[in-house]
Amino acid sequence: MEGKKDLREKVRELLAEQASRSLILLLQRIQDHFGYLPPEGLEEVAKHLKLPVSRVYGVATFYAQFSLSPKGKHLVQVCQGTACHVQGGRAILEALVRELDLRPEEPPKSGISVEVVRCVGCCSLAPVMVVDGVAHGRLTPERAVEIVKELYAADNR
Amino acid sequence: MEKLVKLRIDGREVEVPEGTTILRAAEAAGIEIPHLCYHPELSPAGACRLCLVEVDGRLLTACYHRAEEGMEVHTDTERLRRLRRLTLELILSDHPMDCLTCEKNGSCELQRYAYEFGLEENRFIGPHHARKEAPPREDNPFIRYEPEKCILCGRCVRACDEVQGRGILDFAFRGFSTRVTTAFDKALTETDCELCGQCVAVCPTGALTEKERRFRGREWELREVETVCPFCGCGCRITLHLKGNRIVKVSGGYRGFRLCVKGRFGLSFVHREDRLRAPLIREGDRFREASWDEALEFVAKKIREIKEKYGPDAIAGLASAKCTNEENYLFQKFMRVVIGTNNVDHCARLCHAPTVAGLVQAFGSGAMTNSIDEILDADCILVTGSNTSEAHPIVAQEIRRAVRRGATLIVVDPRRIELAEIARFHLRQRPGTDVAWINGFCHVILREGLWDREFVEERCENFEEFARTVERYTPEYVEEITGIPARLLVEAARAFGKAERGMIFYAMGLTQHTSGTDNVLAIANLAMLTGNVGRRSTGVNPLRGQNNVQGACDMAALPNVLPGYQKLSDPGVREKFERAWGRGIPRKPGLTVVEMFRAAEEGKVKAMVIMGENPMVSDPDIQHVAEALEKLEFLVVIDIFPNETTRYADVILPAASFAEKDGTFTSTERRVQRIRTAFDPPGEAKPDWEILCELSARLGYPMGYKHPREIMDEIASLVPIYGGISYERLEGEGLQWPCPSPDHPGTPFLHKDRFPRGKGRFHPVEYRDPDEYPDEEYPLILTTGRVLYHFHSRTMTGRVKGLQELSPEAYVEVNPVDAERYGIEDGARVRVSSRRGSIEVVARVTARVPQGTVFIPFHFGEAAANRLTNPALDPISKIPEYKVCAVKLEPVSP
Ligand code: SF4
Ligand code: SF4
Ligand code: SF4
Ligand code: FES
Ligand code: FES
Repeated sequence: MEGKKDLREKVRELLAEQASRSLILLLQRIQDHFGYLPPEGLEEVAKHLKLPVSRVYGVATFYAQFSLSPKGKHLVQVCQGTACHVQGGRAILEALVRELDLRPEEPPKSGISVEVVRCVGCCSLAPVMVVDGVAHGRLTPERAVEIVKELYAADNR
Repeated sequence: MEKLVKLRIDGREVEVPEGTTILRAAEAAGIEIPHLCYHPELSPAGACRLCLVEVDGRLLTACYHRAEEGMEVHTDTERLRRLRRLTLELILSDHPMDCLTCEKNGSCELQRYAYEFGLEENRFIGPHHARKEAPPREDNPFIRYEPEKCILCGRCVRACDEVQGRGILDFAFRGFSTRVTTAFDKALTETDCELCGQCVAVCPTGALTEKERRFRGREWELREVETVCPFCGCGCRITLHLKGNRIVKVSGGYRGFRLCVKGRFGLSFVHREDRLRAPLIREGDRFREASWDEALEFVAKKIREIKEKYGPDAIAGLASAKCTNEENYLFQKFMRVVIGTNNVDHCARLCHAPTVAGLVQAFGSGAMTNSIDEILDADCILVTGSNTSEAHPIVAQEIRRAVRRGATLIVVDPRRIELAEIARFHLRQRPGTDVAWINGFCHVILREGLWDREFVEERCENFEEFARTVERYTPEYVEEITGIPARLLVEAARAFGKAERGMIFYAMGLTQHTSGTDNVLAIANLAMLTGNVGRRSTGVNPLRGQNNVQGACDMAALPNVLPGYQKLSDPGVREKFERAWGRGIPRKPGLTVVEMFRAAEEGKVKAMVIMGENPMVSDPDIQHVAEALEKLEFLVVIDIFPNETTRYADVILPAASFAEKDGTFTSTERRVQRIRTAFDPPGEAKPDWEILCELSARLGYPMGYKHPREIMDEIASLVPIYGGISYERLEGEGLQWPCPSPDHPGTPFLHKDRFPRGKGRFHPVEYRDPDEYPDEEYPLILTTGRVLYHFHSRTMTGRVKGLQELSPEAYVEVNPVDAERYGIEDGARVRVSSRRGSIEVVARVTARVPQGTVFIPFHFGEAAANRLTNPALDPISKIPEYKVCAVKLEPVSP
């Protein structure tokens, strides 16, 4: 694990390599490296661009592509787009919270991160959940919980 | 001449300067366009879309688009009304209908428009969502944020960024979750937020409100009183909003809404239970309550006795930079003609006596030459010995704004003060070496031909001698003395030399030295050399600490002048005052503060009258002050709270606070402004001026003023610089002196065509070592100063809960290198000792102070920095050397 100090150093190095002064580009670069945006990273970008940290934080929380917490080993994306919403997407999310205590946009638990996404482009299968890039359609809350449980099981085997 | 454009708005013809927005042009024509995200003091955002207008069928946001020649603007068509209703409906669909218990009920701009547009029902009310469900936040002492009521107009974001220069707030998250917050959603107190409340002041809805006003009174139940902030010399005009006799909130300020944390949130001290309510007379170790009659009779008797026994010069008085002009005027009149001594002084001695002495020699008048609203147009600003952000927040705001507009900022200060972060140059001199670097600046400017020959030749004298002196101060020589790298000095000096409009600001960091007067003279030299006097956005600008320290000086609460700086030694002047006052005025100048305490220790001064000052925290070398007070035969203190000094009193008289009396204060920019009675003082307490009148009457000199306005009329008749001032003329913005006649508009900047002394005089000054420098035993330099959240001896701010929370105790800043050398850890207790005493405080290890220097704020009586400081005096102005003394540090084992 990199210490806080090294982490800042590393961010500074990454920033020094970039010719661009575009906030989004710089954030992308840092996220590429760390897999997420560590707070020290945002602070360093702010310093680098002479922007208030609050502005950088605002941008980082605005775009779905950025994550402020390290991603788990597995990524579970629950769709809440219009079609999925109509077909009970919300119940899926609620089931994950109720049964497994997995909340969207929180740091991963047992290596699993949950994210809310808006339409993944297979509305005919709604409600949809994408697990590590694989879409599972026509879900029921029970089935969704099962799929995630299988991930645990696979990891502990 | 700026170009004008002509346009028609709703059929009315308007002419406005080019660049004016449509919204402002409409305002000029008396047409109001609905708006929510627009605020006159902030940049336009075009976020709410309520201000749409029609121009040739096109829809434009009026707050954003500029008026153009020949435009035909419609602000109130059927289509616009429909659109505005829609916009409002959408905003309201997201908004709780909590008006019943909302603090902004009655002043909320959203509520106002909802009403005006008759929005009874809403088609868009949606499900609950993240912002609606986000709980209110109040994890700081003063500000409450209710995300649910936030309409995302962004005014707070812009105010924090553009006005306060902090950028603490921004929008975060997206969609329905969007809300205003800090980086990482932290509490304001965990960020660099200064709790100024600018964000609260501009919020159009109930989203940001003052925490303390909650459920204390609805807008229409509040009474308003216009007055002036009682803390610093910025002199913000404030409005007190009162429910009954309680201050519920404070508004107003610079440009109508800008205040600092003390002015906005720090006034509750007036309501404290421990205010002095009745006269107190000492009985042994105790005080007992007495009637006014008894107390005043007793004071009069003692004063009479002492005067008869030892003569009038055995009595000395300290007036107060917190009291009004009228009170200070009466105080010195009382001392001079009732007691018969010139022994009258006040704490200005301890901050700006060198300014008065130095600038009078150089220019003929010792006040800030220019005004706060000129800062924005300066192109180079030199700040030295002033931690402006903490001591004069409004001036610092303006400096930050000027820097954003492209002004070059030069900070010369040993500490990395907040302004240093945005400065182009930060020069860190060794404390006490100011004459050297200032001479160095002049040297470079002369050498490179950057000086203003015309100004010097026409308006100044004694240039040659001065030029010869600074010849020696080469950048290399200056580096030796000050530690400022020669190259940096050259570059900074060049920047100042080249400036079209250079403004110099300084405060106690320059004056509180044994070389204080020389420092001021050197600064005056620099300003004259570069022709930066007598024009807008230039000048020598000493920042005066207290709300009325300028006025107390103007009123001659000083031992060597009469009101308006008229010479005590001038027989004509004395005669004028003697005729008006009906009694003789002693000719011999009196004692200064530090001399008074010395004389008391030596038994020469036997009695003192102290009005609203706390020398037991604010004076140097407190040990000796205590001994002096101890030795007095009689001490009477007039104050609003018991404090470190009242402990030594024989009689304590309870005074009225700023909110309980009428009068005037004069701000640092020489602006005379009215304060007004908001409610009665607690218990038996009375305004100082009444107390003085009554005491004077008992000593055989009835003064008979019925209202402070009569005192001001007397002042105007005797003091030429206040000659045109009367209460009638002080409604609104006040007047800047000199204002010699009733039709004179006041003077925003001094010395326009000539100096009061005729020509500006260059004074060659040489560098001298400070009185005490580090040695083996005391290896570090101690320097003292202020923090944002407190004022002076904390008699007031220490009684404001939130301010105490933000800044609870004294500390010492130590550079990491020194910390390591002396084995001191961040947060640990340390003993700081000088040759005069020692105190224990918490260490803050920080690079804000350079190696070899430590810093302690002086506000804290329990750990009074002034137990350590050196009372060595500047020979001319008699100011003590607060800013440099030698100390040592030792860890305290727990
Ligand atoms: S209180 Fe002042 S510094 Fe703090 S967030 Fe509000 S505007 Fe910014
Ligand atoms: S808190 Fe107030 S000022 Fe700030 S965005 Fe919300 S409504 Fe506007
Ligand atoms: S303390 Fe000074 S800056 Fe703050 S509100 Fe009062 S006068 Fe203004
Ligand atoms: S809405 Fe869920 S996949 Fe389109
Ligand atoms: S006031 Fe113009 S868009 Fe908000």
